[in-house]
Amino acid sequence: MIQNNNITKVYKMGEVDLTVIKNLTLNIHYGEFIAIVGPSGSGKSTVLNLLGCLDKPTDGTVVIDGIDVTKLDITALANFRGENIGFIFQSFNLIPVLSVYENIEYPLIMIQNLPKEERHKRIMQLLEDVDMLDQKDKFPDQLSGGQRQRVAIARALVTKPKIVFADEPTANLDTKTSNQIITLMRNIQKEFNTTFIFATHDEKIVTAVDRIITLVDGVITDDKMVAS
Amino acid sequence: MKNIIKISFRNLLRSGRRTILTASLITIGVMFVLVYAALSGSFKSYMIGQVTDSMLGHIQIHKKGYIASVDNLPLDKNLNEKQIKIIEKYLDKNPLVESYTYRLKLGSMFSNYVASTSIRLNGIDPVKESKTLPLFASRLDGGTTASLEEGSILVPELIAKGMTVKKDDTIVLVATNQKGSVNGMNFKVFGTIEPISGPGGRDGYIHINDVNKLLRIKGVEVSEVVIRLNDVSNLEKAIKLLKPLTLLKNKKDKQMFEIHTWKKLSPFYNIVKMLDIMDISIKIILISIVLISILNVMVMSVYERIKEIGTIAAMGTTPSTITKLFLTEGLMLGVFGTTIGSILSYIIVLIINTIGITFSFGRQDILTLNPVLGLKEVLVVSIIVILISLIASISPARKAAKLNPVDALRQN
Repeated sequence: MIQNNNITKVYKMGEVDLTVIKNLTLNIHYGEFIAIVGPSGSGKSTVLNLLGCLDKPTDGTVVIDGIDVTKLDITALANFRGENIGFIFQSFNLIPVLSVYENIEYPLIMIQNLPKEERHKRIMQLLEDVDMLDQKDKFPDQLSGGQRQRVAIARALVTKPKIVFADEPTANLDTKTSNQIITLMRNIQKEFNTTFIFATHDEKIVTAVDRIITLVDGVITDDKMVAS
Repeated sequence: MKNIIKISFRNLLRSGRRTILTASLITIGVMFVLVYAALSGSFKSYMIGQVTDSMLGHIQIHKKGYIASVDNLPLDKNLNEKQIKIIEKYLDKNPLVESYTYRLKLGSMFSNYVASTSIRLNGIDPVKESKTLPLFASRLDGGTTASLEEGSILVPELIAKGMTVKKDDTIVLVATNQKGSVNGMNFKVFGTIEPISGPGGRDGYIHINDVNKLLRIKGVEVSEVVIRLNDVSNLEKAIKLLKPLTLLKNKKDKQMFEIHTWKKLSPFYNIVKMLDIMDISIKIILISIVLISILNVMVMSVYERIKEIGTIAAMGTTPSTITKLFLTEGLMLGVFGTTIGSILSYIIVLIINTIGITFSFGRQDILTLNPVLGLKEVLVVSIIVILISLIASISPARKAAKLNPVDALRQN
């Protein structure tokens, strides 16, 4: 479970302090499929970065599984992310010098250091899940946008994270591909009870989630459960 | 580690042209240093060999004050029989000494019955001289050192040409002894002797017994003791063992002997020192090349991959792993450059040896360079370059590791 207590994030813009998040408190349970929506500049990405342990709040605490991650140092935080959190980015962010297989393998080797057989088993299963088995030896620049995002999803899931953060995962994809990707993530959520938290404008995602959190100027203005 | 190497290697391949350019810059630098070291080393060891093995020996012992007035070849600063005995005692028990010989030197007049000139005469013991200065014979045109007989003279080429004397001609040597009496003796020209760089262009050689006759010396007297060591690299050690000699005092409580190494006696040593300084300068230039080119490439690498660094950092790659990724990249560039540079240097040295490059130095020409590329030199240069590659990568790698993932991911 993720508990945010009264978090505030202030960015220093030269002489001026810019408060992006104000006294935000939010609880999220495992297995939830959540969209954070709001206009541009409302602080969606900042909330995602704070919950995803990429950034630390100026004030307040972020507690995941009983651990106050705001107290961890840079290395401990990196290790924590590697064990518990997956990321899916708008522009996929695959490592260009590694093949599809190697991209998915990367976190298992460089971060979790799993034995080879275990790695292979997991990667092959995920490649099948995201329907990329026949593309496994290709390099990212040989793939379409949708295919790249599938690989990115597989990479985010291969460490078996408790939470996956996805910042505008469908923004660079066409409608058909977007729908396929959303369905894919939904299925994974149901199968593995993985928590998905999206920051998005995309109506297709908003209509697919169970909970919608609306953010305006760094403040939650609405937090509702919906039947998908 | 295997995967860090794999990723670093692929990143180097990704910007292949830049990698090749940087690596070849290092290659050229390494090649330049190694070939220069091989050539200068060859020149140095050849010249040192010539100077020590055909003229000066490794160490010389004189009566205190002799070297200060050596240009006048003073007769009043010779070693007497008692002093020679003391020196012999020390030399005979010194395990580093291979052999030694005596010389009795004087200034004299050389006449071919038509004209006369000055000559510096060295009275030598031919058998001992040939043992102590094995390359001396290479300077003679015909004959061996040991076959120099009493009544014959080795004329320096300079004088032989100027005075138009040749083998088997008869000449006259006139000298004044310590008491002021002048004496002249006929000598048969045994051969001519080639000069080598440095002083010695007017040095002629006769049998030491002839000097005694010419100067009417009764008893034993020598100007210098010339010593050959079994290994020239033991020079400092040998000097230490001979140190007690310099502490001996005469009746007037003054220092009896002075000891000099070839380095003090030959002006060539200054050239050796200059070559060594150039060697160091070239290495410093190489270090700068490696430092600047690797630093440049690594800084560029970090800047173009900021988003990628942000991605792997977000995924949970620790700062130390990110540092390792970039350090490995810089290290590999250094290793590639050095390896290829070393291989090419060996090939160039091989080609130089096959072609046989000749050079002239002073009055000697057609000296052939035989460059040798020592494994030690290659290792030293390789270690320097690889270390510098690593050092040059530290700052960019740390910059990459310190990137805040949020900021890095925002970059396009």
